[in-house]
Amino acid sequence: MSSVLAADKLVIDIPGRPDGVPLDLAVEPGQVWGVLGPNGAGKTTLLHTLAGLRQPRSGRVTLDGRPLRSYRRKHVARSVGVVFQERQDGFPATVLETVLIGRHPYLAAWDMETAEDVAIARAALARMELDGLDERLVSTLSGGERQRVAIATALAQDPDVWLADEPTNHLDLRHQVAVMDLLRAQAVADRGIFLCLHDINLAARWCDHLLLLYPDGTACWGPAERMLVPEALERLYGQPLARATVDGAQVFVPAGAGTIQPARPESHTRRPS
Amino acid sequence: MSAADGGVSPANAAPAVAAGRLLPPLLILLCLGVASVMVAVAVGSVPIPLPELWAVFTGEGSALHRTLVLELRAPRALAAFAVGGLLAVAGALMQVLLRNPLADPYVLGLSGGAAVGALAAMLLGLGAAIVSGAAFAGALLSTVLVFGLAHGTGSWTPTRLLLTGVVVAAGWGAVITFMLAVGPTERLPGMLYWLMGDLTYARTPWIAMTTVAVACLLAMPLGRSLNVLARGPMQAAALGVPVRALEWSIYIGASLITAVAVTTAGSIGFVGLVVPHMLRLVLGNDQRLILPAAALAGGILVTLADTLARTMIAPEQLPVGVITALLGVPTFLYLLYRSR
Repeated sequence: MSSVLAADKLVIDIPGRPDGVPLDLAVEPGQVWGVLGPNGAGKTTLLHTLAGLRQPRSGRVTLDGRPLRSYRRKHVARSVGVVFQERQDGFPATVLETVLIGRHPYLAAWDMETAEDVAIARAALARMELDGLDERLVSTLSGGERQRVAIATALAQDPDVWLADEPTNHLDLRHQVAVMDLLRAQAVADRGIFLCLHDINLAARWCDHLLLLYPDGTACWGPAERMLVPEALERLYGQPLARATVDGAQVFVPAGAGTIQPARPESHTRRPS
Repeated sequence: MSAADGGVSPANAAPAVAAGRLLPPLLILLCLGVASVMVAVAVGSVPIPLPELWAVFTGEGSALHRTLVLELRAPRALAAFAVGGLLAVAGALMQVLLRNPLADPYVLGLSGGAAVGALAAMLLGLGAAIVSGAAFAGALLSTVLVFGLAHGTGSWTPTRLLLTGVVVAAGWGAVITFMLAVGPTERLPGMLYWLMGDLTYARTPWIAMTTVAVACLLAMPLGRSLNVLARGPMQAAALGVPVRALEWSIYIGASLITAVAVTTAGSIGFVGLVVPHMLRLVLGNDQRLILPAAALAGGILVTLADTLARTMIAPEQLPVGVITALLGVPTFLYLLYRSR
């Protein structure tokens, strides 16, 4: 039985910003949600709030209909996995050790990782094409490899709901596609996926639901095909866009690229005063 | 791929593979630890050969040897061992708490508070028991002070705690210098020895021994949570660690065990910083291994250092802190030099 993570009249807490539109949405099993918005729109704050790592200003987050805060953290960690955009590697750790911490929610205080946990971690590494790097120190890996280690860690955690902040950061094209395919496959396996994305085209191709988050706190959300409207996206990023259909998929590119924009259009100025 | 589809429930899963990795280094350290205590007991103004030592432990041997071993050397060696273990465990804990490999048990001003308490008691000419009590009170005062100030408005971060601790420590440093400057000359050597760490008056190792054992027992089940915490508080919370409660426990626990160590032997520098580091370079960063290993390795280092301190220029004694630094600095630099 897969879990449903939902926002219930949720207003995220970004100091100095008006409440905007309270969010009412549910990440159902099988759905892939993408959050789009310019820098500073609150994508990461929203993701952390949904994970229960930040207090909302108002409203609440629910897991299977019950407030997230009413669960023990360890229980939440078995249902909700988070891939962070920023990671701390203050102490040296090997790739395998790092991925094994994904098993933490399943182990009691005195338990050691079992052979099964190690097998799960190795399978996750293999899935991210990191096999053979088990004993390498994470600090010696490239940015893209570290990103894949983070995703492998979440894979080892095996959550019902994935909250991933820019999961394709630092990844080359092939691995971007591989990660998005992996997340889609997780959705097909009845898990809920919620992603913050910078790349409209990744969102257009892999997400079935989109949330557009504006810097002033307003937002709109719904099925992807209803959200992928050039006007809405242009207002979101303050950037004229051109749309094309390539290989059966919609592709958005900046319009007038290469030319200097003389003045910022009206819609750019929708910021908190 | 689904991790849960393995078909094996945790109850009948294969035995823990990690345990096999933890035991050998700990057994080696345990043997070295026993050996270091034996050396400390055997070496001195009257060397005691191994057979004689055995005789003493089995209830025989000469009266001189029995007094030397059971009343003088063994309590001091055990106290040294326990103090070293406490300092190394406290250092390892503080490094995880502050996510800063440069942290040591004293980084939050704890030894400064203890020193001010101890030196004040010495200035007043009070006895050894009161000096110890004053040191313990000073350490706790400093702990509460730093925690309260860092916590002030509720925005608690490791950086803030670290900065508060460093500044409070600097303040204690000034008070210590002041007391040394105004202190009567005849009391200065005792005060300086206390500041450098001194086991001469450590006659009751049992409090420190018990504390180190309890600390290890409590830290072991927390070890994996500490591993996760080392990846940052957000990641730890996302993996089900009650971060705030764990951080408070580490802070209070590390402060208490440091206070016990400082009360027993003064502020012996370097052990808390260097021992966890050395172990990490050799054994990796699994706290379930590092914490008990630190207890043993710290004990070995201080036991050997104290043995050297009381024999190198016998019958005079050196402060043990001098030796820990002289042994620790080159070893550490060597390990760092050839590390990955």
